[in-house]
Amino acid sequence: MNQRIPVTELASDFKGRAREALADSQLRSNFRTAMDSLMRKRADAFSDEDEREGLRELGNHIRARSLSNLPDLLEQLETRLTANGIKVHWAETVEEANEIVHGLIEAHDGRQVVKGKSMVSEEMEMNDYLADRDIECLESDMGEYIVQLDNEKPSHIIMPAIHKNARQVSALFNEKLGEHVSEDVDELIQTGRRILRRKFLEADVGVSGVNFAIAETGTLLLVENEGNGRMSTTSPPVHIAVTGIEKVVSNLRDVVPLVSLLTRSALGQPITTYVNLISGPRKPDELDGPEEVHLVLLDNGRTGAFADAQMRQTLNCIRCGACMNHCPVYTRVGGHTYGEVYPGPIGKIVTPHMVGLDKVPDHPSASSLCGACGEVCPVKIPIPELLQRLRQENVQAPGHEPVSVKGAGSKYSRKELLMWRAWVMLNTRPAFYKLFLWGATRFRALAPKKAGPWTENHSAPVPAARSLHDLARDHLKNSSIRRERL
Amino acid sequence: MSARTNILNKLRTSLAGTKPRPDEFDESLVTGPWRYPPEERVARLRELMEAVHTEVHQTRQNDWPVLVAELLAKREITNLLYAPATPHGGQLASAWKDGTRKPELRVYDRPIEEWKVGLFNDVQASLTGTTGGIAATGSLVLWPDRNEPRLMSLVPPVHIALLKASGIHDNWYDMMTAQNWSAGLPTNVLLVSGPSKTADIEQVLAYGAHGPKELIVLILEDV
Ligand code: SF4
Repeated sequence: MNQRIPVTELASDFKGRAREALADSQLRSNFRTAMDSLMRKRADAFSDEDEREGLRELGNHIRARSLSNLPDLLEQLETRLTANGIKVHWAETVEEANEIVHGLIEAHDGRQVVKGKSMVSEEMEMNDYLADRDIECLESDMGEYIVQLDNEKPSHIIMPAIHKNARQVSALFNEKLGEHVSEDVDELIQTGRRILRRKFLEADVGVSGVNFAIAETGTLLLVENEGNGRMSTTSPPVHIAVTGIEKVVSNLRDVVPLVSLLTRSALGQPITTYVNLISGPRKPDELDGPEEVHLVLLDNGRTGAFADAQMRQTLNCIRCGACMNHCPVYTRVGGHTYGEVYPGPIGKIVTPHMVGLDKVPDHPSASSLCGACGEVCPVKIPIPELLQRLRQENVQAPGHEPVSVKGAGSKYSRKELLMWRAWVMLNTRPAFYKLFLWGATRFRALAPKKAGPWTENHSAPVPAARSLHDLARDHLKNSSIRRERL
Repeated sequence: MSARTNILNKLRTSLAGTKPRPDEFDESLVTGPWRYPPEERVARLRELMEAVHTEVHQTRQNDWPVLVAELLAKREITNLLYAPATPHGGQLASAWKDGTRKPELRVYDRPIEEWKVGLFNDVQASLTGTTGGIAATGSLVLWPDRNEPRLMSLVPPVHIALLKASGIHDNWYDMMTAQNWSAGLPTNVLLVSGPSKTADIEQVLAYGAHGPKELIVLILEDV
């Protein structure tokens, strides 16, 4: 498999990439169209507001309850899975997880891996890791297949290739696969089907993610529309599932509302085409299914988020993508601008725990705090509140204890801190404030012409000749209300 | 220390002094809005399944094999994978002996390793039973087993499924409690709600992604 070579050189920071994306009208219209349609579909799928709000409340309850008992649930899950014949592995870092997966593939002399959609495997950059070791790891979800073919990364957690239109996909298939040019979506999908069917037939190992792991029965639940998830988990002789430690729920019944919230929030569908519950490898009297099933449980910063009661809520996430579909910033800059595995609002609140806030210092501020993400989140994660918290963590002074978010304080500036201190003083002491107003109005002509990034796109603010206080005083002096009162 | 110990220790330290939340699962939220009078269940399931390109026929216990023959003939399908050891498989086999020309019947009777290429490349259609249906979401429920293995409903381009009308439940929660799923599940349980599909290119819905291109559901109204 080819190494991932980015086809277009992307700017190295969020702001630079955002500027590039904003200037790309094709990209903007691809996202705008897709997000409008996803928002409409979700709204249609939740036509009864009371029903929706009741279910979101229940979704939040189930996730919060699971997290409040997470270590015990993980142990219960391990016991049940083991009893069912599924082998459980634990990994603290993505390196460990990759080593485990690689070891399992090597043990079977595997050379070809076919993978169903899995965001955790993106966290691991599993494709690259395996490619470096001469193992082909092919994405089988149509969208993932397209982005892999173009050496790109997904731009959306549910719709990985949403940044491309049919013409671009057709050109890609033409260039890489020698297919004739066709913008007919059906035809493009049939090309993907033909190629990937052969891979499902030949693959030595199938890799998948997990939507929910059920402790009570020892079951891995996967939702999907295409059938590639079923193929990847059924056809090859070995199945390796990778997932984050937060994905476990207590009871089978817990997944009823969660699946409904997930598919309706993500795609506006009452249910996906397939809900696949796997509770073991092939039994002696069965004729297909993998002989071995493995589950790799990955931490990768999740225990860090878990340690902070407020940030723990990020682990409620069921990866539906609704927050990004409704985000005015995401819709305009697209997924690649974020430069990380998880884009959009959810990305902003989970990425710091994985890579450190200092690596993504602009993410918490790339939000208008309009609140749409929190309003649509099916498990009621207060995303805007968490963004504000991260903004505070970003400017934490050096030496601040305890360090609750990895890489906090990278935007700390002494100058900014002093400015805010001055602002507080000015606004809490009337004498200073009066003096300031007097100066600002008298010497308004001396106001600076440049005020940081603000003046890049706006004209500089100039104080008025008279302050509002002053004007109000005059007004009250002349007004009838005041006279009556007197 | 092992990754397992480290992870569990960290989680336990973070939870020190807290209690697990009580279970306040309110089942009315997942059942209340999803109840149907018995006579409307079939219609509800049919409507939802048809909305995602499933072909649905309402037929009867004695009539369905003839219907299967017609559906296959219309598509010029020349072979059908079926399970002779099941009651419906037996019924199909005897109906096939009426002397008219019919698609060849094939059987999934050996481990997949012995005929994977044949299954992937040659089989044109399959017929399986179901363990029931769900009206709320328009879903079939399949518990694959030795007779009707997991790939049987996935690999062939056309999948025909038999569904007894009496086996349709209002919603998933009702079904799993009525059948006591939490006591333990088989290797694989599937909810299937249409033919395979994708909207990964421009949000345009295309059917026949990786699984069956066509799903045909025969609802047996008298059983
Ligand atoms: S944060 Fe909420 S809305 Fe966003 S992906 Fe996660 S569950 Fe969905």
